[in-house]
Parts: sequence; C-alpha cells; structure tokens
Amino acid sequence: MASSTPASASPEAKAPLLEVRDLKVSFRTERGLLRAVDGISFRVDTHEIVGVVGESGSGKTVSQMSVMGLVNDPNAVIEGSILYKGRELVGLSQRQLRSVRGNEIAMIFQDPMTALTPVYTIGWQIAEQLRAHNRLSSRGARKRGIELLAEVGIPNPSITFDRYPHQLSGGMRQRAFIAMALSCNPSLLIADEPTTALDVTVQAQILELIKRLRRDFGSSIVLITHDLGVVAEVADRVMVMYAGRIVERGTTREIFTDPWHPYSWGLHDSIPPMEGARPRRLASILGSPPSLLDLPPGCAFSPRCPHRFSRCTEKPALAGTSGHHAACFLSPEQRQQARAARRRPLKEAS
Amino acid sequence: MFSLLIRRVAQMVFVMIGISILVFLIFFATPGADPAARIAGRNASPEVVAEVRKSFGFDKPLPVQYAVMMKRLFVDQDLTSFVNRGEVVVPEIMGAAPVTLSLVLGAAVFWIFGSIAIGLIAAATKDSFLDRLLMVLGLIGISMPVYWLGEIVNLITQSRLHDSWIFSWVPPLGYTPLTEDPWLWFKSLLLPWITLAILYIGLYGRVLRASLVEAGQEDYIRTARSKGLSESRILIRHALRTSLIAFVTLFGLDFGALVGGSALLTEVVFALQGVGRLTYQALLDLDLPVIMATVMYASFFVVFANALVDILYGILDPRVRVA
Repeated sequence: MASSTPASASPEAKAPLLEVRDLKVSFRTERGLLRAVDGISFRVDTHEIVGVVGESGSGKTVSQMSVMGLVNDPNAVIEGSILYKGRELVGLSQRQLRSVRGNEIAMIFQDPMTALTPVYTIGWQIAEQLRAHNRLSSRGARKRGIELLAEVGIPNPSITFDRYPHQLSGGMRQRAFIAMALSCNPSLLIADEPTTALDVTVQAQILELIKRLRRDFGSSIVLITHDLGVVAEVADRVMVMYAGRIVERGTTREIFTDPWHPYSWGLHDSIPPMEGARPRRLASILGSPPSLLDLPPGCAFSPRCPHRFSRCTEKPALAGTSGHHAACFLSPEQRQQARAARRRPLKEAS
Repeated sequence: MFSLLIRRVAQMVFVMIGISILVFLIFFATPGADPAARIAGRNASPEVVAEVRKSFGFDKPLPVQYAVMMKRLFVDQDLTSFVNRGEVVVPEIMGAAPVTLSLVLGAAVFWIFGSIAIGLIAAATKDSFLDRLLMVLGLIGISMPVYWLGEIVNLITQSRLHDSWIFSWVPPLGYTPLTEDPWLWFKSLLLPWITLAILYIGLYGRVLRASLVEAGQEDYIRTARSKGLSESRILIRHALRTSLIAFVTLFGLDFGALVGGSALLTEVVFALQGVGRLTYQALLDLDLPVIMATVMYASFFVVFANALVDILYGILDPRVRVA
C-alpha cells in the first residue's frame, strides 16, 4: 500500500479520491440509538479543498473521523460505504486501516498543544510516523523530518526538531503538526478546525500554508470548520451540515452568493457585515440545535426555520442541479421571496 | 537537568537538617520531662541518670546539646543505649539496614513489574472479563493484611506443606546476607518479597489502569492512532509513558516509608532483623537513643526517595526540567 511516488499523479485522476455513500454513524446509548451522522454522501476529488461547515454536534467531525476509522467507541455503529481510491474502508480490520492512517490519509487537529505527546520531541514524533510506514534509518528519518519542518516554514528546523512541544509557540506547534501529517505524502488531509485554537494573525499564516499544501504537495484537503470566513478563504466546495445531515452543498461561490437552505441563510446573517450600516444586533438563528436522540420527524431544521410550511414534516432529500444541492422543499421562487424578505441582502464574504 | 539535580540535593540536605532539629526538640526540649531520666530508661538509678546528664551535656544550652547529639550520631557514632547497656546505636542500625533494604528493594522489583503488567493488561482489555477479574484480584490483594498473609504463607510453607515437593526448598525463617550466600539470600527472601509486594501490586495496578484509561481520552492518543501506529505501541510508548508520573509519585512515598521502617509487620512475621523490628523493640523498651537514630534514618530515606522521584519527574516529563 505504501507508495513512494505521489499517488495523486496516477492516471485515474478522474475518479474521485474519496467517495462516501450513505454514511451513517450511530452510538448505542442508554436512551436509545443516537444517530450522529445520518446518511451523508460526498466525494473529494484530487487537488480539491472541501469545506465542511456546521455547528458543534452537527456530525462534521464524527463523519470525517469515521473515514479514518478513528471512531473506536465500542458502542459506535458505522454503516455505508467509504471508497478511498476505489478501496472500501468500511469493515477493514484495524490492522488494514493502520496502513491507510497517517500514510494515505492524515489528520490535523484543532489544538496542537494537546494533540502532540508532551514527553517526546517534535522530531521524535515525526520520525515515529515516518518509520511506522517506511523502511527508514533513524538518520534518514531525522533528515526527512528536518526537511519537512523547513517545508512548512519553520525557521531553524534542525533546532526545532529536538524541541519539545511546550517549547514552541502555538503557530509553530501547528506547523510542526502539519509537517508530521505530511510526512508520508498522504493523498488526503483531513483538517479538523486547524485554526480555531490559534490567534488571528497565526490563523492567516496557517491557512496560507494549507493553500500552499495543495499547490506544492498536490494534497486534497477536507477542512472541517465552523468559521465561514475560513471556508470562503480556502475551499473549492462546501458542504453545510446540520444535525448529522448535509443540508446544502455546492461550490464556495454558490454557497456564498446564492445559498439555498434557510440554515445557510442563518449562518450568513450571523456574520457581521463588512460594509453598509452596522446592524444594532447581530442576527442569530432562533432556538438551539435539536437533540440527536429526539430529532423532529421531518426536516431537522424545521422547528427553527422561519420559512417552514406543511411539507416540512417530511424528510427533504438533497436536490438541485450541477453540483449545487440543498435539502429543502422551498421552490426557487419561494426561495427568492423568502430571501428578499430577510433583513438585509447578502454580500459575498470573500 | 543538571541544575535540577544540584538544586534537589541542596533541598534534601536542608530538609534533613530541619528534620534533625525537629526530632531533637521533640525528644530533648519537651517541657516537663527530664530527657536524662528518659534516656536512662525505666527504673534507672540516680547515678545512671547523672551519668547520662553529663554525657549528653544536658546541663548546657539547647544548641550545644543539639551539636553534641549530632556529633555523637554522625561523627563519633558512639551513641549508646542505656536500656540495653553497651549497645552502640549506629552500628546496630547499619546492621539492620541491609536486611530492610534487601526486603524492600526485592519487593519493589516485584511490585513495579507486577503492577505495570496488570495495569497494561487491564487497560488494554478495558471493560472485558479479564479487566474486571484483575481489578477484583487487585482489590483482594489490597484488602489482605500483610501480617495475616505472611502467617498463612509461613503456615503453609514452613509447616503444613513444607515436606511436600513444592515447598521443600523454603529455608527456615531468617536472613542470610547476600555476601555470604546469594542463593540462600534469594531463597529466604522470595516469600517475604511476594508477601510484601502483593498489597502494592494491587494498589499500583489499579492506579495505573485508571491513569492509562484517562490518558486514552487525551488528544495525543487520538493523534497517535491517526498516525497509523499499532495499539500496543500507542499504549506503551504514549499512554504508559505519560501515566508513569502518578505511578512514580506513589512509589517514592511508599518506598521511602517502607525502607524507613514501615515494613515492620513483614519483618516481624518473617523474623527478619530489620530496621522496622529494631524500632519496634526500641519503642517497647523506651530506648530513646535508638528511637531517635531510627527516626533520623527513616526520615533520610523518605527525603531521599522523594528527591529521587523529583529527578525521575525530570527524566519522564521534559516540562519539569525548566521549572
């Protein structure tokens, strides 16, 4: 499975790198089955950055963790199909998954302070990953580790290699973590809120680095975030998740200039406008997200939706044209009326 | 790392001096009691009391008394017991210390390896039958009083089954110095080691399991998994390494206390003439010089073990090194 040449340069680049079909992740709890991810389908093409947006508990992290087989709760049930380069990942043994993890698909986490083992040096942890998937001498691993640290923009990489995580600043730690994630040239990088724990100036640098990864390493990236600004900045396509389902997906431009789903409208309205009159209060979506144990029978967003009508007691399917889909029963005309009725027109966020 | 070492040794010396002053004050400056009469022992004649008063300098001010006492303890080492006439205290303790050290060090080897094995197995098979079984066994080990367990072991190995093939190798109770006959030393201490270690295996195994399970929730364990490492590597190199900090803390406290005389019950049951037994005898006889010397000895080991723990922290956790 381990390939020395960049896998993204393979001839079957037309086929999606990752194709997820009808993925369901549920947890058995004392109060019944909790469905954290309720039948989502999506794909990630090579060289593509896909943003996954949603609030806490919308299933965005769990769905991506299950791609890597990292949901190891004994009460978790994963159904559906996850095809990576045409290979089914659901049902693989832990042993088989290990050759994928870190090697083919790598993950970046929110807080680089807690995500690195505190008692080992940065270099030790990078070398550990390198040597888990490649036959490499410790000297070779060190050389490669220092190269990687230099590639992600760390000054004095050979000194940083021997530093412990607590000796680095937050931004440097996240860079070092990204270097580790890239160490085996993964074709897919899943970044779970990679900028949330960092301060704003560092956030911009890390986003710049992520954009550069696609350019220089040819990686595909799934970017999980609750920050629409981050998505607008880097993503090609966006999926909006709510209560374990995808409620809308499309290109970043479509989602930002012409969102279809009332939940997406709510997300947009909660961003302070950059121009025009300053609103007295920032709009928020009324109510709170539903409990996953007690979902409404139809559209999960309907109890909070100002535009709901009789059909919303049924489950809406994703529908639309040429890549832009929304799970909503509003017809295009109704959508326009409803949008016009809302307080202010939307500006493109980017 | 080196400065940590120096700092810790200096602290250790400082604490030791503090303890010696405190112990001295408790014994010799307690109001309403005549230290000379107490050192001379019960039913001592007035001549003996007068002799003691002179030899310890009790007619001089307290700081001088302290200096005389420390000089006799550490420099001249000629502090003698008046209860058991002619018994010189320091060589007495130096003779008992190897027995206690042999007992506790050997038991520590058993309890470190035993409890790490149990903690790892239980944490790796969390919530399984094996995990529950090990934890219940651990609880049983903690609950059994060491003197009772020791007597049962003696009953079986020295009496009831001594003539059977299983326990015919067990030597009679007592201690043989390592330098005299290493094999006999090992054979005579094996059962005391296991008896003493069982409590700590149970205790440490349970503590280690809890901290391994807690470490399993940490983000860096998720990272290790996402790197594609094997479960055993994650458990040993990542979870165990960070969990050892709580383990080492406990170990320092228990080890110091045991070497300092808390292994008394085990020593008595297995007829080992160690420091615990010496202290116990001195307490029965109200032999003040011996009690004082053993308290100093015990405090030395507690302080020493704690210093060792702090240095181990520095090795285990790089974040401590700079602090």
